Amino acid sequence: MTKVLGISGSLRRDSHNTKLLRAAVEASGPDVELELYDGLKAVPPYDEDDDVEPRPEAVARLCAAITRADAVLFATPEYNSSIPGQLKNAIDWVSRPVATNPLRNKPVAVVGASTGAFGAVWAQAELRKVLASLGARVLDVEVPVSHAHTRFEDEQLADEEIREQITDALKGLAAEARARTSLEVAV
Amino acid sequence: MSTTETLTIAPVGTWTLDPVHSRVGFEVAYQAGTFKGEFTETAAELSVDGEHVSLEGTAKVTSVDVKDENQSAHLQSPEFFDAERYPELRFTATDIRLDGEGKVAVDGEITIKGVTKPVQMTGAVNAPMVDSFGKERIGLELESAVDRTDFGLNWNMPLPSGGQALGNDVKIVAELQFVKAEA
Repeated sequence: MTKVLGISGSLRRDSHNTKLLRAAVEASGPDVELELYDGLKAVPPYDEDDDVEPRPEAVARLCAAITRADAVLFATPEYNSSIPGQLKNAIDWVSRPVATNPLRNKPVAVVGASTGAFGAVWAQAELRKVLASLGARVLDVEVPVSHAHTRFEDEQLADEEIREQITDALKGLAAEARARTSLEVAV
Repeated sequence: MSTTETLTIAPVGTWTLDPVHSRVGFEVAYQAGTFKGEFTETAAELSVDGEHVSLEGTAKVTSVDVKDENQSAHLQSPEFFDAERYPELRFTATDIRLDGEGKVAVDGEITIKGVTKPVQMTGAVNAPMVDSFGKERIGLELESAVDRTDFGLNWNMPLPSGGQALGNDVKIVAELQFVKAEA
């Protein structure tokens, strides 16, 4: 069983990206357990003066959730052609110190939804770049969900092609997580 | 009557790397200068058995030593060497040629991040000597150049003026001292 943590970069209640992750939960199959993270909004603004032990509770909780997970699936909206500030802020907290951060070597994948025509492709690319720079094992996956407001019916994802892409992303994460486990066994 | 002397890199025997007095490093153009690093955990063996000479060496990726621990972490990440999945660099010589004047050319294969490519290293042999403790020693100073993108080390950063911050051509430097194993 691969434990995947789902982190939505959108905080609002009816977020398309959070719905996308809920669809991923349903598409996850018997070998993947996907848990949605609900504490992103509580993460305070990064301030190195506050980055001391014990770290703020919301930061410690996020780091612990990532540590427990075998892989992380991010769903990001796109704000001004980039990553939402609160998501970037949370990753900045998690990333320090770089040499021991819990995302290091962790398999991660990025999907994204926007109401525009491009499906948050720039935000996804930037998030992949950020995650790679802090040492995560970033899957070469892109799931751009454009016109997101038209893709859901009764809170359910109504697009089979996108569901397949998300399922493939989860399978990719599970495969990378298994590869890490086999490395640990080999050592 | 004339005799032909076969050139050999070292007297017959097994020669083991003295890692403390050796250096395996790399140099690559970065911004306005050269970025340098080395691997502190290395091992190598030179074996001379009549006409047959073998040379094989390894370096642990986690031992990469640069001036900043965050850079070291970045170099070990999947974006560069991917130490978790590919913990070791390896060089195996396939042919060693001497020119009789202390110069040496070594053909071999280098494995970085799971990719094996042929490479030629050139340099000099420091003739065998006996150290202060009675051990026989020999030195090999070798250099080579590889394109890091051939091995999947593709990270870069665009410059405002165009172009990229980090060069692709990487110089590999191996300053090796071997000690002859006790018979």
